[in-house]
Amino acid sequence: MMSRGEPSIRLESVNHWFGAGETRIQAIFDASLSIERGSLTILRGPSGSGKTTLLTLMGSLRKVQEGSIRLLGQELRGASQRSQEALRRRLGFIFQAHNLHESLTARQNTLMGLQVHGPGGDAARQNAAVIHILEVLGLGARIDYLPEKLSGGQKQRVAIARALVSNPEIVFADEPTAALDKDAGLHVVRMLKALGRTRGTSTVIVTHDTRIIELADRIITVEDGRLLPG
Amino acid sequence: MTLLLHLLLRRTPIGWLQLMHNRMRLVAAVAGIAFANLLVFVQLGVVASMNSVIYLTYTPFRTDIMISAPSPQLFGGALLSRRIIYMALADPGVADATALHLGSMEWKRPGGMSKVLIVYGMAPEAGAFAGDTITDQQLAMLALPNRVLLDSEFKDVGKDGSDMAIKQLSPETPLEFEINGHAVSAVGSFKLGSGFGYDGALFMSDQTFQRLIPERTSGTLSHVLVQLKPGADPALAVRRLNERLKSEHVQVRTAAQMIADDVNYMNTEAPMGIIFGIGVFIGIFVGLVIVYQVLATDVAAHMKEYATFKAMGYPHRFLLGIVFEEALIIAFLGFMPGVLLGSGVYQVMAMATDLPLGMTPGRALTVLAGTFVACALSGSLATLRLRRAEPAELF
Repeated sequence: MMSRGEPSIRLESVNHWFGAGETRIQAIFDASLSIERGSLTILRGPSGSGKTTLLTLMGSLRKVQEGSIRLLGQELRGASQRSQEALRRRLGFIFQAHNLHESLTARQNTLMGLQVHGPGGDAARQNAAVIHILEVLGLGARIDYLPEKLSGGQKQRVAIARALVSNPEIVFADEPTAALDKDAGLHVVRMLKALGRTRGTSTVIVTHDTRIIELADRIITVEDGRLLPG
Repeated sequence: MTLLLHLLLRRTPIGWLQLMHNRMRLVAAVAGIAFANLLVFVQLGVVASMNSVIYLTYTPFRTDIMISAPSPQLFGGALLSRRIIYMALADPGVADATALHLGSMEWKRPGGMSKVLIVYGMAPEAGAFAGDTITDQQLAMLALPNRVLLDSEFKDVGKDGSDMAIKQLSPETPLEFEINGHAVSAVGSFKLGSGFGYDGALFMSDQTFQRLIPERTSGTLSHVLVQLKPGADPALAVRRLNERLKSEHVQVRTAAQMIADDVNYMNTEAPMGIIFGIGVFIGIFVGLVIVYQVLATDVAAHMKEYATFKAMGYPHRFLLGIVFEEALIIAFLGFMPGVLLGSGVYQVMAMATDLPLGMTPGRALTVLAGTFVACALSGSLATLRLRRAEPAELF
């Protein structure tokens, strides 16, 4: 369990590499950082700098090879598949490519974010929660549309709704505003920031979008696999 | 359907929605399963028909024990000597024994066509050995020479212009015809039907049988039929008769064992049974390949979505559930046209061949269960690809 005052995420001396032997390429070098509960953190840096690798390591989507990552009070290194799955159910992921299920409507895609907690939930309450978040994100008129009938920005907002509908403790987002116009992008990031204030949700965003930088509580720059002081 | 599946699964029926989203792929899968089902139904129908025909060939007579030359088939063994009857009668458990003569003849039909009839010959006075389809009155009529009973299922009678209804045959309104160069008179009918390699049957006295097939002398016979005294144990009697007849190179079996041997031989050793048995496996294999191909393609097409579910914390078994959901839906949807087509093909085949062919609830349920198993197996193979769904690659 996470103790009071413990950061949402804590990395200590994390190294990560791809391949082995002569083809081994190190992607992360001796990364140490803490991300406080309720904060909005932006990871930035040039393409190939290792920020996405860092995001997937923190989100328990990759195995920790060296060093320590504590996520919501649990050590990820050596964690079992089952405990990693249980942890991921407490997180929200927003992917740049949306990754919506093409045969599910906006409502059904969003509902998947709630059904991950198992069957037996109150279907009416789940449906109401789904409709509410889709309306908040400006998709009230597109609830029963399939992704193929939605624009890129609308798809991105469904992906955001899916990540947020279950009130995750941490949100990991990869370029969440890339498909959105300035106002919509700012609306989404302000919403994430408000979640931090009201529910203590931490948010980690990988982005090149300079329009949202000013909303960050903290900006971490990654270059050549190293976290730069700043 | 979506709502029903939602209630059954207690989650969004992703497999069903995925199948409905790509309807061409669904139609191809359903058509494939229907075709595979049709193949299996035809093969199983023919095998079942073959077995029914075997049972039917035993219905013109009734016996507790059969003594035969070593052969698994009723119409297959060598001839026996008449003295076997007397040796059997010496057993303390035997009430009566008689000879059964079996053969086949060609009946030349108008237009040069000929029909093959299987022939049963039995002493008219051995009425206790006659099957339920033959009456004592009919047996008494057969005591006169060259009188026969004709198979009521034989379909070719009217073609010689007699326009005779077989079931109305009687000594007063007989059907006269020539067979094996002898004029015979059909004075009644019994029910048997056509089989694989013959078109009907004749039942006659042993005397008429020997007259029509001169090479079969009165000293030879096909089987000895044995009836036991009331309360006699058939297994014990078989053991005693085997012991008594061990120097005669014969096989003593209960009638049930003889039928079982005959059916087993046809299914596992006779070329026809083997061919149709292989046909069943080919049908199952075709179904397996089709479902695997559809599911594997579907899994590959949705790899990113599956990886997303993994990233969200859905366990691997949830993804397996989606694939199995698809497999079982395809199985069920494919079975429906499969069973309808199978019933139709049975009707066409039965009309064309006069063989006992038809859909039975048992066979339909067996094929449905087999289809579920085959589709689940294909689904299991297709899920191997799911391991490639790597959530870290989504970013």
